[in-house]
Amino acid sequence: MPDFLYFLQQLINGLAIGSAYALIAIGYTMVYGIIGMINFAHGEIYMIGAYTALIAITGLATLGIAWLPLILVVALVCAVLVSSSMGWAVERVAYRPVRGRHRLIPLISAIGMSIFLQNYVHLAQGSRNVGFPALIQGGFQFGDPDSFQTSISYMQITIFVATLVCMSALTLFISHSRIGRACRAVSQDLGMANLLGIETNRIISATFVIGASLAAVAGLLLGMYYGSVDPLFGFIAGLKAFTAAVLGGIGSIPGAMLGGLILGVSESMTSGYLSGEYKDVVSFGLLILILLFKPTGLLGKPEVEKI
Amino acid sequence: MLVLDNIHTHYGKIEALHGVSVEIKKGEIVSLIGANGAGKTTMLMTVCGTPQASAGRITFQGRDITHQPTASIMRSGIAIVPEGRRVFPGLTVTENLHMGGFFNTKAEISKSQAHVFELFPRLKEREDQRAGTMSGGEQQMLAIGRALMSKPQMIILDEPSLGLAPLVIKQIFEIIGQLRDEGITVFLVEQNANQALALADRGYVLETGKIRLHDTGKNLLANPEVRKAYLGG
Repeated sequence: MPDFLYFLQQLINGLAIGSAYALIAIGYTMVYGIIGMINFAHGEIYMIGAYTALIAITGLATLGIAWLPLILVVALVCAVLVSSSMGWAVERVAYRPVRGRHRLIPLISAIGMSIFLQNYVHLAQGSRNVGFPALIQGGFQFGDPDSFQTSISYMQITIFVATLVCMSALTLFISHSRIGRACRAVSQDLGMANLLGIETNRIISATFVIGASLAAVAGLLLGMYYGSVDPLFGFIAGLKAFTAAVLGGIGSIPGAMLGGLILGVSESMTSGYLSGEYKDVVSFGLLILILLFKPTGLLGKPEVEKI
Repeated sequence: MLVLDNIHTHYGKIEALHGVSVEIKKGEIVSLIGANGAGKTTMLMTVCGTPQASAGRITFQGRDITHQPTASIMRSGIAIVPEGRRVFPGLTVTENLHMGGFFNTKAEISKSQAHVFELFPRLKEREDQRAGTMSGGEQQMLAIGRALMSKPQMIILDEPSLGLAPLVIKQIFEIIGQLRDEGITVFLVEQNANQALALADRGYVLETGKIRLHDTGKNLLANPEVRKAYLGG
């Protein structure tokens, strides 16, 4: 029984981190799905979301506001607004002017954007890590109090619920709304969508904004979960989320969700049963293994086309 | 309705159209025929603004559209059925149709959709099927249906018969005739010159980026030069 509880604990931890990876991974996969390029500044957009949330929380604290739901909503709204305008700006500055050129050019301009944003936060917020208040504390415990006990913190539950809400909203939006349908059409044939009178630039901007908003949600959640942020906060998380997106099949939204969860669980299992030192080895090893046998990722598939 | 006046189009440094002038009047079917590489598709795409003409003037319903962005040209009453059909493969038939009527109200969309299903009962049967899994003929029907969804005044068709079975081709040409009867102006590009000219009010023959001949459909069909070059003698 304790063995099972221990396993359950790792699973819960992994799913929590994995959910957050999945939220970030959506941004990579949607942008790739539409313009066929990786947004290398996406990790920074997530980091800025976390900082914005922190600034909002600190601001409300100085104003003496202590009602938790209000703090969370304000922090979330601020983070989403700032991150999504960043996402929009990244597309306007780093992608749109060089679209249609050689593929390396937007890649380099996006990396430039990432370096700029990272260093801007270094300058504006300092390079040390800053404590992020643990707003949501406590949790449940079950199992025999004398041996191993599995615990689920309220923070983890918040992550699950928030991710579930975001993913369901996104899925509904993509599959049923008019703009969501246009997003899918543009990702399948941008030129044809343009020939139907659709302003494809707006749809491209919309995907950057949607991806950035989800990254901001992840920024707030993981900021609270880890308890601190620093300007490099987005680098590793971005790399992991990118791995998750590729693992699940880049361009596929369910793939990004699945990839995030698999990556999170495999990391926590490695930490729990081997050692924390090996978790990156295992996650990137897993990526290589999956790509060897399924080069398009788990749910990515070559397009079905009949001529 | 649509006037191309001395249009030149370049791909990089290569000139593909060397001063082409064409006029299409309201309610006509005009066919453009020509060999592979003559610039037929280039001409249609220049009307749509991808690529834009490097010299000359294009007007649609009296409005200069030469330097308009593609999206706004396509919202001004022109719809295209492009070469290779280009239906959205991962979208269902209904979703593809809805993309065609993107800028119309819900009521207009359901009305146009009912009309498209009337023209192509096959599409109704395949309503929820992904377009990429359908046969070439069905995809062609879908591409035409999608173009009709925006309720265009003019429809441009680029090689609608390409790669299709004779029976399906016959059906497609019947539908094109029907569109004219509904008052839609048709600009048709075809390699299948026989059928295209038989259906057309007027025709143009394009040769290496220049208009070589221009006459009524009947006269072109009877023209010995055209017979020799495009109709197999």
